[in-house]
Amino acid sequence: MTFIAKPKVVHPSLPRNALGLIRRDYEGALSTLCAGCGHDSITAAIVEACWRQSLEPQNVVKLSGIGCSSKTTAYFVSGGHGFNSVHGRMPSIATGANAANRRLTYIGVSGDGDTLSIGLGQFCHAIRRNLDMLYIIENNGVYGLTKGQFSASADVGTKAKKGETNFQPPIDPVLLAMTLGASFVARSFSGDKQQLVPLIEAGLRHRGFALLDVLSPCVTFNDHEGSTKSYAYTREHYEPAVQADFVPPEREITAEYGPGEALAVTMHDGSRIMLRKLDAAYDPTDRGAAQARVQERLKSGEFLTGLLYVDPDGGVEGGRQEFHQVNGTPEEPLNSLPYDTLSPGSNGLAKILARYR
Amino acid sequence: MEATDTSHPDYYHRVVDCQWACPAHTDVPEYIRLIAQGRFTEAYLINRHSNVFPGILGRVCDRPCEPACRRGRVEAKPVAICRLKRVAADHRDDISGKLPPIPELKNGRRIACIGAGCASLTVANDLMPLGYEVTIFEQYGEPGGLMRTNIPSFRLPHAVLQEEIHMIVNMGVDLKLGHPIGSMKELLATGGFDAVFVGSGAPQGKNLDVPGRAAAAANVHIGIAWLESVAFGHIERIGERVLIIGVGNTAMDCCRTSLRLGAKQVKVMARKPRGFFKASEWELQDAEEESVQIVVNRSPKAFVLDGGRLVGMTFDCMDYELDARGRITAERVSGEEFIPADDVILAIGQENAFPWIEGDLGIEFDKWHVPKVDPVTFQSTRPGVFFGGDAAFGPKNIIWAVEHGHQAAISIHKHCQGEPVVARLPPGVNLQSRKMGMHEWSYSNDYTPVERRLMPHVSLKERFKKLNIEVELGFTAEQAAQEVQRCLNCDVQTVFTAKLCIECDACLDICPVDCLTMTPNGPEAELRGRLKVPAKNLAQPLYVSAPLPQTARVMVKDEDLCVHCGLCAERCPTAAWDMQKSHVHWPQAEDEARASEARKPKIA
Repeated sequence: MTFIAKPKVVHPSLPRNALGLIRRDYEGALSTLCAGCGHDSITAAIVEACWRQSLEPQNVVKLSGIGCSSKTTAYFVSGGHGFNSVHGRMPSIATGANAANRRLTYIGVSGDGDTLSIGLGQFCHAIRRNLDMLYIIENNGVYGLTKGQFSASADVGTKAKKGETNFQPPIDPVLLAMTLGASFVARSFSGDKQQLVPLIEAGLRHRGFALLDVLSPCVTFNDHEGSTKSYAYTREHYEPAVQADFVPPEREITAEYGPGEALAVTMHDGSRIMLRKLDAAYDPTDRGAAQARVQERLKSGEFLTGLLYVDPDGGVEGGRQEFHQVNGTPEEPLNSLPYDTLSPGSNGLAKILARYR
Repeated sequence: MEATDTSHPDYYHRVVDCQWACPAHTDVPEYIRLIAQGRFTEAYLINRHSNVFPGILGRVCDRPCEPACRRGRVEAKPVAICRLKRVAADHRDDISGKLPPIPELKNGRRIACIGAGCASLTVANDLMPLGYEVTIFEQYGEPGGLMRTNIPSFRLPHAVLQEEIHMIVNMGVDLKLGHPIGSMKELLATGGFDAVFVGSGAPQGKNLDVPGRAAAAANVHIGIAWLESVAFGHIERIGERVLIIGVGNTAMDCCRTSLRLGAKQVKVMARKPRGFFKASEWELQDAEEESVQIVVNRSPKAFVLDGGRLVGMTFDCMDYELDARGRITAERVSGEEFIPADDVILAIGQENAFPWIEGDLGIEFDKWHVPKVDPVTFQSTRPGVFFGGDAAFGPKNIIWAVEHGHQAAISIHKHCQGEPVVARLPPGVNLQSRKMGMHEWSYSNDYTPVERRLMPHVSLKERFKKLNIEVELGFTAEQAAQEVQRCLNCDVQTVFTAKLCIECDACLDICPVDCLTMTPNGPEAELRGRLKVPAKNLAQPLYVSAPLPQTARVMVKDEDLCVHCGLCAERCPTAAWDMQKSHVHWPQAEDEARASEARKPKIA
């Protein structure tokens, strides 16, 4: 970590987005994570994606649980709303907030411990409900804040800093999400912003639950030889299968794609993701096949990355329904509804209670 | 692109833009840090080592460092480098004990310097400590050359000038005042000198030959000669309405001096529009503050006399057409204007003139009668005769003359020791880490967003009472304390070791000015376009690392806007980035002397 704040001076020719803001306007507080932490790179990628998407900072909600990863919500979009929940309970808070105001952009940031151990149940139900949010797991395979014990995502055979070997099989959030029917499942690496930033952009635009599992090396406790989540190991074993190019609604697709190379997925708001297949045998819209392929590569120790599965009909009429459609939440935020609409009143309450008599 | 070779001394020197722009390579960031610590004497000595006259230059330097200053690229205005130099000079202690010792036993070599200006004085300053006997011949009764005669005392007080000149003269220089050299032949034949340095300046002001010039002679003055007469008290008055022809720095001194000699209405007449003025922006501002009117697009046509006395001048009114880059593509005369005047001062340039150098001495001149001088060694076509300052390449300024003096001193030393003058020591650079411990760097690395401090001036009411009231008061303690923090410490370099990098992106993410990018390598033009912020300032180099260990990409740094905050090094988990202070070593005569000494065979 550092105690030296990033000075306010900026490059005078930094580009501005549609709101007239520069990238630096989407930054947050001084990071207290270790120097070289993958999480800081993910933070920078989120800053970049929010800037490119021209999100209004006051419409961003940042949610997290407990852990190194969960500190990072303080480090981006300081103009947004933040909630740091109890360990593993971030999905509950996200559900409540989402139900009360569906107009905001929800970004949840969690870690492998917060999501796959203490919060596994909450995580599964957020997927099941198809909560409209981007859920980022900063996955480093260790408990960093408690000095480097194996987490639930540690691979079999990986070695801890002091040399012990892990024998328990990992929980893979990508496979889990596919099994539970998530409509947007992606995996990336903190050290590859070219892949990561468009995935975050697409995830922000996706209606419904977007899971983004990001391999994020722990530079202090899990960046040694023998670790399967170090920078060097990840670089050797991550295999981009699908490159997602995010195309905003107002822009034409101008890049040249050869026949069969690319597949356009249109999102509910008219924006598109151009999926470029780097692995010819891979079909990111076929859940079963995608799942099988990810599993097969995992067996040989490779992490398939990119937008691994996207439901082309997700969130649209006739497709997989998301949280608001299922529950009929109001279009207007609760805080702007007139009081008599929001509250049933004494008479209304009496009627409701009468139903239970 | 090829990986950048940072072992070449020029690479890190260039990053220190101010020092690179300074002809004398003054270590600007180092002396600013010393001022910040209140170590004015040390700051003065660092300056003196390179530019010899910190007190003088802190007031009247042409400041090539300031337009180059990186602060001016991230903010509107550069660091007030020149004025901080004056702070060091104003607040230093007595340094007489800290000047190099002068050997009692001389080395038997005698050097003649012609003209006691800044170039000759620098030669003496460099050679006296090595045991040379230096004689300076000066035509006037006081030393200083152009600094004495042409810079008015309201900009450069006499006492400051005297003190810094005497530091050199007191080294034991044989200063012969009132001793013009009438014949180079005689000096070479009978003087008994081992080398002669010509530092006689460019003493001849250009004339303006338009109708009426001869008849109006009594009220038409050549700028530099007029300033000289004012400096020595031969002229004490001027008419009420004065026209200055020309808009260089001499013109600025002439117009402001006129105001102090009784002129009420002073106009500076410029042939071209404002962007083409030769005067420095700050000198223009100071003149305009004193209500000098600068009239553009007027080309002098004739002097107008009435009853044998000058009453004014006529000018052609000029129209110019400019292209997109602001260059003149066409000009035409659109009319004529008469402007009344009692006196006219011509400040349209000056030339060097050597009527006293005979043609048969082997000292060659080109067709403009400029001596043929080697730009590195400053030797003329006759071995043993050297030129420097304005005498060498025409009018420049003090700081250039000082560097000429340093280089000529090296040549003179080599000539006298029988070594080839062209075999000179190369410059060098030393790097030393500034890391002190966890989160501790031994320099002030935080960016201080204060704006440039304004120099306080004597009020307009007071300053005209006497000719020698210095207008600029110097920074107050508070101003100096704030201004020093504006320096970005460009000499504390970001030094990268590619093999240590784990490509975690930490440096890229934290860099406040987005000057770092990790990317596949490519040709420079294309690479510049694909950086995090495209590198559009082609005058600033790109740093390209060796291929990185994990992905074989390269680390690219655009040197243009780095604010040397050190956060890349602070955030780097493997110390692949480090902040290291570069010390540029620019050899002077003493280094050459040490090197010659080391080459001599040792007697056991």
